[in-house]
Amino acid sequence: MTLLIGALTIGLILALAALGVRTSFRIFGIADITVDGSLTLGASVAAVLLVGGSAGPLVATLAGFGAGMVAGMVTGFLQTRCRIDALLSGILVMTALYSVNLHIMGRSNVPLLHARTLATVADAAGPDWFGGGEVALGRWIVPAGDLALLLMVAAIVVAVALGLGWFFHTEIGTAMRASGESPQMIRALGADVERLRVIGLAIANGLVGLAGALWAQVQGFADAQMGIGMVVWGLASVILGEALSGTTPLGVALTATVLGSILFRLLIALALGFGLNPNDLKLVTALFVFAALVLPQLIARWRRAQATRRAVPGGGTGP
Amino acid sequence: MSHPSEAAQGRPAMVRLGAVARTFHPGTPDAVRALDGIDVEIPEGEWVVVLGTNGSGKSTLLNVIAGTFGLDGGTIALGGQDVTHWPEHRRAGIIGRIFQNPFSGTAPAMSIAENFALASRRGRTRGFRPAVTSAFRAELRARVSTLGMGLEDRLDTAIGTLSGGQRQALTLLMATWHDPGVLLLDEHTAALDPRSAAQVQALTADIVQGRRLTALMVTHSMPQAIAYGERIIMMHRGRVLHDFRGEARRRLGVGDLLACFEDARRTPADDVPPSPRSAVGTD
Repeated sequence: MTLLIGALTIGLILALAALGVRTSFRIFGIADITVDGSLTLGASVAAVLLVGGSAGPLVATLAGFGAGMVAGMVTGFLQTRCRIDALLSGILVMTALYSVNLHIMGRSNVPLLHARTLATVADAAGPDWFGGGEVALGRWIVPAGDLALLLMVAAIVVAVALGLGWFFHTEIGTAMRASGESPQMIRALGADVERLRVIGLAIANGLVGLAGALWAQVQGFADAQMGIGMVVWGLASVILGEALSGTTPLGVALTATVLGSILFRLLIALALGFGLNPNDLKLVTALFVFAALVLPQLIARWRRAQATRRAVPGGGTGP
Repeated sequence: MSHPSEAAQGRPAMVRLGAVARTFHPGTPDAVRALDGIDVEIPEGEWVVVLGTNGSGKSTLLNVIAGTFGLDGGTIALGGQDVTHWPEHRRAGIIGRIFQNPFSGTAPAMSIAENFALASRRGRTRGFRPAVTSAFRAELRARVSTLGMGLEDRLDTAIGTLSGGQRQALTLLMATWHDPGVLLLDEHTAALDPRSAAQVQALTADIVQGRRLTALMVTHSMPQAIAYGERIIMMHRGRVLHDFRGEARRRLGVGDLLACFEDARRTPADDVPPSPRSAVGTD
């Protein structure tokens, strides 16, 4: 049960990153690999602030968000003002961020042993909230601190998802959604498409940096490698969520992305429990995304083939 | 051959093009002089129809006015302001635009209401206010119901699910939600079936004439040009070949226009006024 709560907590935190990946993927149509670097960036900034004692969990988390936004703005700047291909822009910033992150941390790994983090705050609050060190959930006994942490993270994710949903329905957010879909139209309606893209990528990577800051606090360290594969993870969550929800209004789509992230994390935890080699994790994730992208095409082709086969013996009524 | 029409006299110029030139692929064997020194002045409230052979530069003309393409030379002023160096999105505050392709003027996955919310902020700041408010929705219902298409009850439908004619009619309302300084219509009925085309054309006339908008309409249809253009400009190879206004315009019939076209086709490139350079235009 503790394992399940842990998987849920991480799944929720990474849902923030998935929401960021969804923003660049579904609005601007790019798989923005900047997020591999901006997740670690958010984590390292938060970790260094927490270890130095110069900031509490709240400020450190917000700083992670802000750092991610800056990374996204740089990628947006490369794409719009410097006219560099979207994929290459992401690769450049991700690569540069690897060194930046090492500089911020001063080494490749920063443990948060004695720092006050969201996790220690939850550990302290848990017993107060639930009147004891352990809580009975039906047949299961779980540590109150873990449960408190899960609730805190859930509250943050709900607040962020609501905020994102609100933003996408404002004048500027609506223009942003249209700018990816119909740039010619939105330019003719007086919106600066390039500026909207920079803002959009800043928000997307800000969310990923936020996820990194929270993840570091929950797992108790920041690591230079922790962001590797994050864009693929995010895509997997987005695709899984869309498979669950179909084509739906925006609010449902955002919720589906969050659920997709949680579900994917649970599936991974389950697979690991059944003996999946952790080294194969990224391979499995990549294969999942590959399958999700290719299967619909194969199914469509198969259906077409079926339809033609049926039409031919019917006496030439087919197209 | 250009005479200022009496109606236009005394009205300030809304559009002023001075020696506007644009070449595509300059310095290559594919170089195309799409606009070759265009001088046109359009007074406020005039409805100008732009005709021309394929590749005459008429679509390019609309695109340089809108700022989609930059200039190699010349100046563009809108409403007395020099906008030559303004980017497209800044000029949009003065310009309402409708494209030939109904898909270009709308965001297909977004609802009718959201598309109009975007249009209602043309040339204005976009902030953190909700895009679609209930007050806006009420006004939208009223305006869309004037189309008589029943779309006022489907404001939350994705606009991409509507027919081309419905979308083009909506785009026309969107572009004129606030009166634009200039309305640019680029063969906006060409992709529609005849019935929808007639409907959209009638709506265009209602709006442009009813609100005395300054408009440039590119078309291939001579009857359409004769029926609606208060002034008819005929382009050929990046230049203005004829500019019919006032009395000359009133006497003009479809047959005369066809004759002009035949004339243009037979005219060797070197004889096209005003400057004697050869050029092949593009659309």
